[in-house]
Formats: sequence, C-alpha cells, structure tokens
Amino acid sequence: MSLERGPYALGERVRILDLDKPGHVRTPMYVREKVGVIERYCGDFENPEERAYGRVGRERIRLYRVRLRQRDLWPDYEGPDKDTVEIEIYDHWLRPASGGD
Amino acid sequence: MDHEHDGHEHHEHGRGLPPHPTREDDDVALTYGEARYLALKSLLIEKGLVTADEIRRRLEINERGNPQQGARMVARAWVDPAFKARMLADAKEAAKELGLEVTEAKLVAMENTPACHNLIVCTLCSCYPRSLLGEPPAWYVSKAYRSRAVREPRKVLREFGLDIPETVEVRVHDSNADLRYIVLPMRPAGTEGLSEEELAALVTRDCLVGAAVPRSPNA
Repeated sequence: MSLERGPYALGERVRILDLDKPGHVRTPMYVREKVGVIERYCGDFENPEERAYGRVGRERIRLYRVRLRQRDLWPDYEGPDKDTVEIEIYDHWLRPASGGD
Repeated sequence: MDHEHDGHEHHEHGRGLPPHPTREDDDVALTYGEARYLALKSLLIEKGLVTADEIRRRLEINERGNPQQGARMVARAWVDPAFKARMLADAKEAAKELGLEVTEAKLVAMENTPACHNLIVCTLCSCYPRSLLGEPPAWYVSKAYRSRAVREPRKVLREFGLDIPETVEVRVHDSNADLRYIVLPMRPAGTEGLSEEELAALVTRDCLVGAAVPRSPNA
C-alpha cells in the first residue's frame, strides 16, 4: 500500500500524517500534521512497526528525510526563520501537501 | 579550575590518603529496568532467538567504537577533498577506507559550513553510530537533551558554550529511524601547518554530534 504513494521528488512538499498507530512507531508527535519538503530518499527498509514484533523479512518500505522549518513546528520558536529540523519518515506516514497546506 | 566552592569534599580525605579510586560496590537491588532486561535476555536465549555470545559480541562492537575513529575521518576529510566528497556521499563506505567498520545500516555525514551548523539528536530513544563512536554521552540520552534539542537548539548550544550567530542556520537532525549521523565540522583557522594526526586530536566527541566545534590549538 505504501509504495503506491511514492516516490516523492526532492523538494516536494509533503504532510506528515498522524496515523494514531500504537506500538513501535518512529514518527514522533512533534512532526505529525506538519508540512515539510523531501530532503532525500534514504532507501528501502523493513518496517520497524512490524520488526518490533518479530515480523521480520517482510516487504521493504521507502524511507525519506523531510526538512521542516522550526517556525512551522513551534510558532514561538526562538531563532531565525531559516532554522530547520530534518527527520526520517516512512512512506506511509506521508502524503503530498496540497496547495492549502 | 577553581574548586573553592566544593572544597569541603577534599577535607574529608584529610588522612594523607588519596580518595579511593574505585567505584563503590553496586550490591543493591536491581532496578525495574535492569530486572526487565535480564528477564528478556534470558527468555530470548532460552527460546534460541539469540545466544549469550551474540549479545556479548554486540556489546563488544559498541564498546570498540570511540570518538577518535570519527575524528580520524574528519581529519582525513580536511586534508583530502576527494575523501571528503566520498564521505559526504556515503560515510559508511568512506569509513572502510580507514579500516573502520560501521555496522549500522547507513551513516550520513552532515557538513558544517559558514551558513549552516548541524546538531544531531535522537528524540525517540538514543540512536547513535555506536559501532564507530562508541556509547553516546550521558547527556545525549537524557530526556532533557532529546526534547530540547529540537525545540530550542540555540539555547541548548549556548549551554554547551556555543553561540551560533543568527545569520547561520541551525539544522537539527532527528536520528529517529534507520540512519545514523556524524557531523563533519569546519576545519578551524590557524591549523594549516598541522599534520592529519594533530588535526584529528582537535576533533572531540561533542564536535561529532555538533554540540561543539573544533578550536585551533593556538586560539
């Protein structure tokens, strides 16, 4: 399912989803529902959400690095607008950001 | 250094003996985490999923890593532009050229420039390129650092003694999934005459995380 949504292009605007999924997820709360741009494609990896429960050797999913502006994460961020956070996000936690995003 | 404020500690040992050099015996009850670790470990071994030797070897690999290995890579990158290009393209492969084995899936070098300062954190746990750099410092795994490094990185850096000008972007890398990171700091001015080995000695562990920058020995 996840592979259908990629691959995203470098610089493409993406929204990080809030899948509200329990367990060993690697998408921290502070980036959920935030919009950033694709910084790089990192390769395909087994899904840690499956591996954590012993389900190894399954399909590999795409991993991207997303660049977010600090100002978009924290409206009261102390520092210049140019400051950023980059974070690794699996394909199924992303969707293209629409014009309104 | 001025230790006047804690001088009382030194008066305790006023019998001509140096303070006892070893740690106190740790014969106290297990913490909850320790008990859980031991229970999990023995279950995994009992079920044949891992062997005790595999666990021991992994710990040995983690402890074989040390910051000097990362410093060697940085110094080589400073003196060899072609190596630097390879390190930025694939730091795990570049490490092999120096005989360094990185066992993590991927290692990415983030280059500090006059326009951008990089800081590494793992907000979710304590991901760190242990096979190259060894165990992370205690502050790196603290909840305070993990939460504050992405929220107020400039303040955190100031607490480390590093004041990044507002003209420079602070770029925080959350090592939250499969990649591991190392910062490639800028070569300090005034180090033109130094050998590669002398250059490596300027690169401390904190420089490789971005909590510090290398200083010229003359500065």
